[in-house]
Amino acid sequence: MSEIIIKNGYIFDPISGIKGDKADISIKDGKITDKVSSKAEVIDASGRTVMAGGVDIHTHIVGPKVNLGREMRPEDKLFRGSFRGGILKQGKHMEMGFSIPSTWKTGYSYARMGYTYANEAAMPPLMAPHVHEEIRDTPIIDISAMPVFGNNWFCFEYIKNKEIENNAAYVAWLLNATKGFGIKIVNPGGTEAWAWGDNCVTINDPVPFFDITPAEIVKGLIETNEYLGLPHSIHLHGNNLGNPGCYETTLDTLKLAEGYKPKNKFGREQVLHNTHIQFHSYKGDSWGTFESGAREVMDYVNSNKNITVDIGAVTLDETTTMTADGPFEYHLNQLNHIKWANVDVELETGSGIVPYIYDKNIKVCGIQWAIGLEIALFAKDLMRVFLTTDHPNAGPFTRYPRVIKWLMSQKAREATLDTMKYKDKVIAASHIASMDKELGLYEIAMMTRAGPAKALGLSSMYGSLAKGADANIAIYDLDPTNIPSDPELIEAAFQNTAYTLKEGVVVVKDKQIVAEPHKYTIWTKVNMPENAQVMHDVKEKFTKNYTVNLENYAVFDEHVHNPRAIEVEVA
Amino acid sequence: METVTMTLVQQPELYLECYSVTPDLFAGKSLAEIAELPAHEGKILWKLGDFFKFEGKSGATAAETKIVVNGNVKRMKRFGQQMTGGEIVINSDADMYVGGWMRGGKITVKGNADSFLGIAMEGGEILIEGDAQNHVGSAYRGDWRGMSGGLIRVKGKAGNDIGTAMTGGTIIIEGNAFIHVLTHAEGGTVIIKGDVEGRVGGQMVKGDAYIFGNLLYPLPGFKKIGTVEKEVDGTTYTFDQYIGDLGERKTKKKGEIIYGNIYMKI
Ligand SMILES: [Zn+2]
Repeated sequence: MSEIIIKNGYIFDPISGIKGDKADISIKDGKITDKVSSKAEVIDASGRTVMAGGVDIHTHIVGPKVNLGREMRPEDKLFRGSFRGGILKQGKHMEMGFSIPSTWKTGYSYARMGYTYANEAAMPPLMAPHVHEEIRDTPIIDISAMPVFGNNWFCFEYIKNKEIENNAAYVAWLLNATKGFGIKIVNPGGTEAWAWGDNCVTINDPVPFFDITPAEIVKGLIETNEYLGLPHSIHLHGNNLGNPGCYETTLDTLKLAEGYKPKNKFGREQVLHNTHIQFHSYKGDSWGTFESGAREVMDYVNSNKNITVDIGAVTLDETTTMTADGPFEYHLNQLNHIKWANVDVELETGSGIVPYIYDKNIKVCGIQWAIGLEIALFAKDLMRVFLTTDHPNAGPFTRYPRVIKWLMSQKAREATLDTMKYKDKVIAASHIASMDKELGLYEIAMMTRAGPAKALGLSSMYGSLAKGADANIAIYDLDPTNIPSDPELIEAAFQNTAYTLKEGVVVVKDKQIVAEPHKYTIWTKVNMPENAQVMHDVKEKFTKNYTVNLENYAVFDEHVHNPRAIEVEVA
Repeated sequence: METVTMTLVQQPELYLECYSVTPDLFAGKSLAEIAELPAHEGKILWKLGDFFKFEGKSGATAAETKIVVNGNVKRMKRFGQQMTGGEIVINSDADMYVGGWMRGGKITVKGNADSFLGIAMEGGEILIEGDAQNHVGSAYRGDWRGMSGGLIRVKGKAGNDIGTAMTGGTIIIEGNAFIHVLTHAEGGTVIIKGDVEGRVGGQMVKGDAYIFGNLLYPLPGFKKIGTVEKEVDGTTYTFDQYIGDLGERKTKKKGEIIYGNIYMKI
């Protein structure tokens, strides 16, 4: 059987508590083990940094809204590479696109950065087949996808009637029907309100025609999640995203988790994951008085262990925003007048897409950049604060190495600040210039693999170099005993690995894709007795409201690429 | 100014992408090095030297380099793409994307140019002695950033979509044009000395169109506000002035609403 030993690397594995010790990593049959025979293939990692494969907890890489972004932005492929629009041939397929890369480029780019797992953050249940087709066409990396529940008519009615058990049975049914991973919530109630031209901008704004509030939706879904004991917690994009002063709504939202304890067998310790918290940490009452609320938000996050967040760092690029938060995208388009797509998904959700340029010479963009980094620098426990750019909303995931550079180097942050036209105003409205904290490689490993894997409830399989985990490994050309004084070299090291291994197969060697082995679709299979009431309700809604038949709704088995079910038992 | 003369010796079977033919890429190179520059025919990568023979000498910089193209290059695209200075003279027709994303210098085409002439151009000058096809000085498909500076002069006629999403610079069509002029524009000037079929200024936020001939189907989003004298391309004429597109958002400057303008020669 296949054996590999990675020799003499500096190991950073927060799951095992290894902080840069020089050690060997043994691999047998695709798993990490403690010993291999003398016949094992040797990979020399001396002078290099070794981490588990990266885990992205929140990214938009597959499905209908990503693809609509590709369709509406042919210019995203223009001059983004060596010939006519970023066409690069390294793996089996051409790579194209920048902020909304092709599926092929997505898989290859993650692998080149040492990532082997990505969690698609918003699957419209009705469109699940499209999501799974793109998962299949995204090479190398394992992918899970979270169906959106925060504007779902079933959930509204069960939660309003305090029928958590029925809501749980519905969630379990939908996870199975869509081969979904967990409970995603986007602008709870607000996207439904948007179908009537309205929004919910506080947690107490009632949803039109449903007599329910965002606060009730969030609490009801926390209770549902813990009733089921799902691997991940609820994954929340709260109300009032992106508006000056929204940090108060964010604090109100986070407080909804108070008193709830996690109940699961996966080692997960949070009951609420608040995603891309940068977008939710704005002070001020207008764009003119816009300023950082990172300190206020992180003070709360730091002192409440049942919450995790990801940062959603702004990378100062031309990118494409896309979210199930329909009203937000409308307002964004009113600001930049570029182009706008808006979609309603019957009974379930909606979405919008707007290209956006985070221009370093616009004051607000500079402050947004500062806030994203401040979130990580204020964090006391980086096992609860994860690196994301809410790809592609705050910037493409291919900029993670740049964000790492900024987090590891005050010099790099200063250099970026120095290029800003309104540097002084950005400094005055943020904390970034006074923060001399520089993260180390162990903290980066927490933010990019160990922490997200634990929060997803998957740390026995992913984001870990402990025995029994999948042998997903990144070897970076970075000597921790001699970190380069030029921060650009840190970015370069994280952009392209010396080696990436996926389940024990070398997929990247010397920055090049060298293999495209099989990959998995991760989903959560809840085993619980059938709930007659819920099945009756489902049939009724499909007869009365949906335009599709129930029989045609669920994802067909042949649509799901290499499913790997995480099983949950509910008595 | 030094001159490199490139003469066609081999017609490509398909269309050839001549994105390497710019003073920027020729400058400071020997003729042998220039012949090594890449060119794509479909997905096949060739060298310029597989199709052209080279004579003369390049200058040290783009601004000091002139390129003369001889032979029938009607099936060759992207001459002068992204060039910043110097000069190109094409003694023939040329295919699409002449001077696309051009930032400086001058291109002359002695024959016709195809579509996407000078798209997203930022500066410099293009002179087409014959006709041009569609999308003169427009934005790349899907993009909202059209021509922002420089001058395009077409001595003959042009097709549709002239100056789409234009923000600056000047386009002069001395002959007739078809439809869609200055659509979505937020600046810039388009002068059409012949007739236009219609749809001038649709969703225009800002910008100026001058029509010397007939405008067969004007858009309802414009209204006449008066008659003005204006100097256009060196001569003064009298025009009826229309403002619009009244259905589109408008910006303000010093409290005054800025409109797009269509000037119809009387
Ligand atoms: Zn997101």
